[in-house]
Amino acid sequence: MTTQTTSTDTTHQVSAGSTSEIDLDAFGAELDAIRQRVIADLGEEDAAYIRTVVKTQRGFEVAGRALFYLPPAWPLAVAALSVSKILDNMEIGHNVMHGQYDWMGDPGLNSRMYEWDTMCPSEQWKFSHNYIHHTYTNILGKDRDIGYGILRMDEDQEWRPYYLGNPLYATLLMLGFEWGVALHDLEFDRIMAGEKTWAETKHLHRGLLRKIRNQTLKDYVLFPALTGPLFPATLAGNALANLIRNIWTFNIIFCGHFPAGVSTFSQEECEDESRGHWYYRQLLGSANITGSKLFHVMTGNLSHQIEHHLFPDIPARRYPEIAVEVREICERYGIAYNSGPLGRQLGSVARKICRLALPDRLGRRAARSRPSEDVVGSSLAA
Amino acid sequence: MSITGTLLRSRALAALTSPHGVDRYLEQVNPMWAAHEVRARIVDVHREVDVPGHPPVATITLQPTSTWRGHRAGQHVQLGVEFDGARRTTRVFTVSSPDSRHGDRFTITLRANPEGVVSRYLVERATPGTMVHLSQAQGEFVLPDHVPDHVLFISGGSGITPVMSMLRSLQRRTHRGRVTFVHYAQSPDHQIFAAELEEIRRSGHGIDVHLLHPELGDPALSPAWLGRLVPGYRDVPTWACGPAPLIEAVQAAYDGSEALRVEYFKPPRVRASEDGSTGEVAFSRSGKAAPNTGASLLEQAEALGLRPEFGCRMGICFSCTSRKTEGTVRNVLTGEESSLPDEDIRICVSAPVGDCAVAL
Repeated sequence: MTTQTTSTDTTHQVSAGSTSEIDLDAFGAELDAIRQRVIADLGEEDAAYIRTVVKTQRGFEVAGRALFYLPPAWPLAVAALSVSKILDNMEIGHNVMHGQYDWMGDPGLNSRMYEWDTMCPSEQWKFSHNYIHHTYTNILGKDRDIGYGILRMDEDQEWRPYYLGNPLYATLLMLGFEWGVALHDLEFDRIMAGEKTWAETKHLHRGLLRKIRNQTLKDYVLFPALTGPLFPATLAGNALANLIRNIWTFNIIFCGHFPAGVSTFSQEECEDESRGHWYYRQLLGSANITGSKLFHVMTGNLSHQIEHHLFPDIPARRYPEIAVEVREICERYGIAYNSGPLGRQLGSVARKICRLALPDRLGRRAARSRPSEDVVGSSLAA
Repeated sequence: MSITGTLLRSRALAALTSPHGVDRYLEQVNPMWAAHEVRARIVDVHREVDVPGHPPVATITLQPTSTWRGHRAGQHVQLGVEFDGARRTTRVFTVSSPDSRHGDRFTITLRANPEGVVSRYLVERATPGTMVHLSQAQGEFVLPDHVPDHVLFISGGSGITPVMSMLRSLQRRTHRGRVTFVHYAQSPDHQIFAAELEEIRRSGHGIDVHLLHPELGDPALSPAWLGRLVPGYRDVPTWACGPAPLIEAVQAAYDGSEALRVEYFKPPRVRASEDGSTGEVAFSRSGKAAPNTGASLLEQAEALGLRPEFGCRMGICFSCTSRKTEGTVRNVLTGEESSLPDEDIRICVSAPVGDCAVAL
């Protein structure tokens, strides 16, 4: 295994074989073949799986809501509701809204109709996520998920004193992640910078306010009220469940694109991109997290972020089986495959958030052209 | 039920189950429980006629959920079947039983079209207990509340079903006027509801039944023949349903008379040549159409000046998903072809193969 990856502050050209050395057409054709094979094979098991997940999620939700009537079971109630919200958000909402189950023809699992249990209206999320983020993955200046307009997550984002607060902003974004996602489409940073006016976001306001009203009403008014004198405990429990979900989703999502070894791309190098190059960019722009089967389910299989970015519309339960093949293809083509356990990926993301808070030092810049012996390299040898 | 129903449809419950909706919870407990959606359990499958070498016909009795608002004779319903527990496919079927009310059982009668996956499934494989998905009853091909003194029904083949529903409703309403019923079938063996029609014919009550089999020498439909059967038929309120050639003959005979109401099955559109770039692409909502160039539907729509919503233009983001109502499309990424009617497709990676209609 000779593949090498680079540290965070290198662009992709130096990582793991440059595009000129790789036959991107053949590479793309191999990935297309995986895609076709899996799509042709979709059927009963995939349908049964997602229905089981939905049933489980509904079960946890009802149990969570009910357990709030039993004061001593408060921690259990919060745990059940948290699990429900995480499943709703990740394995169901995220994946259904990618159109992964549209082929079933079930309106309850259709990307056009599904609405999820978070503050962000699905319609707006599908635009900023499915279209913008998944099409322009890790292209600086086009993929707004790089730093979400708040953080500095890449060397090529020019340093400003504002970014000294990077760790603080990241922490706040983590705690209020569903709010961050909900407000993502408004592009506050661009409004502040005068590149966009408030009036230009007008078409988003109504949907956003309605969703926020509905979510707030049920979690912070109706369900607490239904428990009568236990109102404060239920309110706190619901808020805590949302918080736990926020922390979990933020961390999983940040591990998907920001650990060391993940590459970013410039707009120039993605002009007139071939299909093979698109796959190549998706691959180098994502990172996986290793873990148990239950862990993968709780991440919505976004622990297989690489496979998700290669095939965003294939049911996520297929990613583990696809991953074996993708990894093998990467080895043959000498392309880095970024994967590591949660602790390591989290640590790597945290270090990046802190380091990029500071201005680039001269030494760092010099290191850019040199492949580093970063931790990720070792996981590739596995 | 009404109190439960009111509660289930209340705004309070909707707020509590937001964003998923009440039905997404109820269905987990019992598929027959619903607040808004309509589903049904098949309670009986009855073979009507079974001529060797010809597709069998069956009447299927459905017990709908309490959300079924009932139907008026002549209406149809969209019925969705889940194949292998995964893919839901929906087709339209006419209700054959008399007018139904809230939550009433009703029947559909259908022929197992050799190429129709849903009709074949329902006739040949469905068993009592099977759940199906329904729409509310739809369609304007119905009897008025005050039925005229003399009405004429003309049907052909399985077009008999809506007319039969009307006939049965009239019997139940004890309609006192005159009814002339004309039906064309391939042969006496193909006659659906033969025993019931014979019973109606014998017992009279002003219902004049004419079962015709042109292959056996019975007269085909013509103005002269109709004029002898029902003098001044052009002024008699008439409901006609059947295959396109029959409806064309009826329309010619009525010569634009407002007394005629028709419903007919659309003939299938032409299938394309090898390279696919033949036929016509129609965008039904905007009413635009053009010869098929073989390019993606998104490009062809844009070439006609339409501005459909799109995103990635490479099939990943689903922004451009639209409803294809007719025809065949080829997925330009996988080469896979699909001919299902009423199918959601990503128009940026779908190219029409021959004639194609999209709701844009």
